[in-house]
Amino acid sequence: MTSIAPTQNSDQSAAQGMDRSFARPQTLMDLVWTGIAFTLLGIALLPLLLVLGYVIFKGIGRFNLDLFTQQIPAALQPGGGVGSAIAGTLLTVAIATLISVPLSILAAVYLSEFSSKNIADWIRFATNALSGVPSIIVGIFAYGMFVVTIGKFSALAGGVALAILMLPLIVRSTDEALQLVPQDVRWASAVVGASQFQTVLQVILPAALPTILTGITLAIARAAGETAPLIFTTLFSQFWPRGLFEPIPTLAVLIYNFATVPFQNQQEIAWAASLLLVLLVLLSSLFARWITRKSFYSQSQ
Amino acid sequence: MPPETEKKSADQQAKNQTEAVLRTEALKVFYGDKLALRDVSIDIPKNQITAFIGPSGCGKSTLLRCFNRLNDLIDDCRIEGKAFYRDKDIYSSSVDPVEVRRRIGMVFQKPNPFPKSIYENIAYGARINRKENLDQLVEKSLQQAALWDEVKDKLKESGLSLSGGQQQRLCIARAVSLEPEVILMDEPTSSLDPISGQKIEDLLEQLKEKFTIVIVTHSMQQAKRIADRTAFFNAEEADHGDRFGYLVEYDKTESVFKQPQEQATKDYIEGNFG
Repeated sequence: MTSIAPTQNSDQSAAQGMDRSFARPQTLMDLVWTGIAFTLLGIALLPLLLVLGYVIFKGIGRFNLDLFTQQIPAALQPGGGVGSAIAGTLLTVAIATLISVPLSILAAVYLSEFSSKNIADWIRFATNALSGVPSIIVGIFAYGMFVVTIGKFSALAGGVALAILMLPLIVRSTDEALQLVPQDVRWASAVVGASQFQTVLQVILPAALPTILTGITLAIARAAGETAPLIFTTLFSQFWPRGLFEPIPTLAVLIYNFATVPFQNQQEIAWAASLLLVLLVLLSSLFARWITRKSFYSQSQ
Repeated sequence: MPPETEKKSADQQAKNQTEAVLRTEALKVFYGDKLALRDVSIDIPKNQITAFIGPSGCGKSTLLRCFNRLNDLIDDCRIEGKAFYRDKDIYSSSVDPVEVRRRIGMVFQKPNPFPKSIYENIAYGARINRKENLDQLVEKSLQQAALWDEVKDKLKESGLSLSGGQQQRLCIARAVSLEPEVILMDEPTSSLDPISGQKIEDLLEQLKEKFTIVIVTHSMQQAKRIADRTAFFNAEEADHGDRFGYLVEYDKTESVFKQPQEQATKDYIEGNFG
C-alpha cells in the first residue's frame, strides 16, 4: 500500500493560522455574547430558585405527618394540619378532571382528525381565547351559574370552574399530540381497510397517549394551584369534605386565607401548605416528563 | 402434461396477460384548482409488475393513489374521468372507498409501520378485515415478505425497532396479509440502502405470481430490472407556471427502454432531461 505523505514545502502555509486566538474579533465577540446569554439565563432562573428556597425555608418546620392527617386549625387553636384541604383539593381537581378530560379529548380528536381546516381554525382560535380568560372571570362565571342557582357554595361548582380552566389546555395539548402522529400512519391504517373511526381509536390515540397524558398531568397541576375561581365557588371550611354540594377547604384558598391572618399558627400552616402545593406541581411536572419519554413520536423527530 | 392441456394453460396465461385489473379512462386529477394529472388512460395487466417512471411532479404517485382512493384523504383533491377495478367504477358514488382499499393494498415510500408490536402490525389489519387464525396468518405473511426468520423470536417488539429495510418488508407483509389482488407501491426502495432495496426487488419477483403490482420508481434501473411493463410520465408547465403530469408512453419495459416511440421518453432514459 502506498502511503500518502503530507505535502511538503509551499502548501504547508495553508494550514497555518488555524490555532484558536482570542485576539481575533470573532472569537472575542463569541465569548462576550456567550457570557451575556449565560448571565441572563441565571437571572431568568433566579425567581424559581428564590421561590423554592423561601417556601422550603418557611414551610419545612411544619412539614410533618400532622400536616397531612389533621384538620385545619381555627383562629387561636394550636397544632392542626391541612388534611381536610388536601382532601378538598383532590376532590375538586378530580371533579374537574372527570368533566374536562373526556370533553377535551373528544374535542381535540374532532379538531385534529375530522373537522375541515376552516372549522378547525375557528375552534382553535376559540379555545385559545378561552385559555386567555382570566381565572377570576371563570370563577365569577361558575359563581353565577352554580352558586347563585343552587344557592350554596359547593365542591361541584369549584370543580366546574377548574374544568373550564383545564379544558383549553387539554384540548390544545391533545390536538398537538395527535398532530405529531405522522400522516403516513393514518394512511397506513386507511390502506388496510380501516375506517377513520377505527384508525383514530386503535392507532392514533394509542400512539399519542403518552403525550396526551402529559398534557392532562400538566393541566391538573395547573388547576390544583388555582385560587381565584375557588374563592367564588368552593369557599372554605375547616372540616373534612362532607359532600359535593357543601363548601370545602382547598390548599390554594387556605393559603390565600391564612397568609393574611395575624395568627402565627395559621401562618405557619399556610407556609407548609405552600410548600406542599409547590412540591405537588413539581412532582407532576416530573411525572409528565417521565411519561413523555415513552412516546412514539415526539417534537424532536 | 398432455399437449392439449399445456396449450390451454398457455392460452390461459396469454389471456391473463391481457386481462386488465386496473384501468383508467381520461383520468384527470386536480389539487384545488390546479391540474396535477391530465387525461391518463392506462390498463394494468394481472400478475405483472407495472412501473411508473418519470421526473418529480409528473403525477405518478398521484395516479397510484387514485387506484385505492387514497387521494380522498387529501383535502382539495378532485378527480375527473374514470378509474376501474375490474369492471367496477371505483369512483362511482355507490362504492365504499374502505372496501376498495381492502382489495387494493399499498406500500409507501417511507416505511410506516404502526406504532405497535410486529405481530400487531399485521394482526390489526387482519382483525379489521375479519380474518381468522391470526397466528398462522402473521407467520405466513411474514414469510411471504421474507421477514419471518429475522423477527420470529421478537414478534412482541415494536415494529419501529426494526431497521428501515425490515420495516418496509413488514409493511409489505401487512399488505400481503389481506390477500389483495393488487399491491400499489410508491417508491418502496427509495428510502432504503441498496442491499435492503435489492431484497425487496427480489421479493417483488416472487410476489407477482400471486399479486398484481404497480410500482412508482425514480430509478430507471429498477424499472428495467423488475417491471414487465413501464409507463413513462412527463411534467409540463401550464400557463401560470404550474406543472402538471401526463402519460407519455406505456408499453413492455423492453420496448420503452430499447425503442421509445416518443422523443421525451428517449431524452429521459438517456439522461437528457431537465
